[in-house]
Amino acid sequence: MNASFAERSIVVVRNLIPGFATLVLLFLSVVPLSTPNSALVLPPFALMGIYFWSVYRPDLLPVAAVFGIGLMQDMLSGGPPGLFAAAYLGVHAVMSWQRRFFVGKSFPVEWLGFALVVPPLYFAVWLVGSIYYLRLLPAGEIVVQGLLALAFYPAITWALGRLRAAARI
Amino acid sequence: MRAPRSSVLGIALPLRSLLQRFALVLLIGASFALMVLGRVDTATVERARSGVMDVVGPVLDVLSRPVAAANRVVAEVRDVMLLRSELERLRDENVRLLQWQTVARRMEAENVALRQLLSVVPETLPSFVAARVIADSGAPFVRTVLVNAGHRDGVRKGQVVMNDDGVVGRVIEVGERSTRILLITDLNSRIPVFDEDSGLRGILAGDNGETPALSFLPNQAQVLPGNRIVTSGHGGLFPQGLPIGVATARDGQIRVRPYVDLHRLEYVRIIRYELPLLSPAGEERPVAADTP
Repeated sequence: MNASFAERSIVVVRNLIPGFATLVLLFLSVVPLSTPNSALVLPPFALMGIYFWSVYRPDLLPVAAVFGIGLMQDMLSGGPPGLFAAAYLGVHAVMSWQRRFFVGKSFPVEWLGFALVVPPLYFAVWLVGSIYYLRLLPAGEIVVQGLLALAFYPAITWALGRLRAAARI
Repeated sequence: MRAPRSSVLGIALPLRSLLQRFALVLLIGASFALMVLGRVDTATVERARSGVMDVVGPVLDVLSRPVAAANRVVAEVRDVMLLRSELERLRDENVRLLQWQTVARRMEAENVALRQLLSVVPETLPSFVAARVIADSGAPFVRTVLVNAGHRDGVRKGQVVMNDDGVVGRVIEVGERSTRILLITDLNSRIPVFDEDSGLRGILAGDNGETPALSFLPNQAQVLPGNRIVTSGHGGLFPQGLPIGVATARDGQIRVRPYVDLHRLEYVRIIRYELPLLSPAGEERPVAADTP
């Protein structure tokens, strides 16, 4: 009885790892990093987490968790509430639809998939943001964010892959 | 034992995926509904934000400390590398400032004498709250930061935020322990300013760029690059005369380069300034409340 309780709690903790890891990534992306004389912001780490877990363990990152993480980002950033919640749900939806194509493929294919998801996603974010603020938003920073996301994806995936192996999920 | 279980799973799994799909559509709908709510009912969204800020604030506070330490090390290294040129620059500046000091001393004495002559009521110096920046916005389109002081420290909505160099922004959301500051470069930032040299008044309008634009000037030509731009105090939101930046010209438009390096904010001061004209409806209106 005791052993099975311990086992079950280990399973519960394991199942929470994807959501928790993505939340940590989100917090990391708002850390006030002082970048010398540039408008660079930290890359959207949470997006990479959402994409990664949507490919490998969508069952452990349910839509409610995706929504919660996106909404948390919106609340923290002070931007339109629900914007990134919708964006991350979009990523999750696309990935659960196309997931079979990516599972078991080599890393470059996975990265390419990410590179295909990011541009339309950020275009949609820019479009909805522009409608929200009722003016054309500067597109430059969106492009920078997208490129940063692509550049940092291998490192983040490597870390998440290690985490996944260590937790055996 | 196995057969019934798999048949249960056989029903449960498709049901689960159906539920997930339904939840997905529902939550995407909820996200868009929230955006509409964000436009229509800002107060509710603000309250929700303050709540989240208070819960997550301590986590971000802890997370930001090692990063701040690392930033300081980087700054230290940079300083050592620039030691020589910096010394040269500071020597020059010191000579200039000593001249200014003489001027300032003379003016202060004159000022005191004149005030005594006119028996002017001395201005009360506003008090301030010092706070540490614990988070960036981390999202596009928004230029805000979170700091680790809130309502319990006396921070109120609308207060002006500064550091040693000049104006940083103003308070837009106040939680119990944390506060969101709208930087002067944000798309939604509008500050009444005036040019100290020409005396012209205008509005400093952020556009998410590095240098906010100076608009509604009666005469653009008189604001020359290099002029000092300060708050005008119009509208009562900001005290008068706080340093903002230096006028620059870009593409035929007058812009302002802020004195504050907004990418390297660590500590800020939130000025407890009484808003003489703007008091939020429903609170702190002693005059209106007392009249029958």
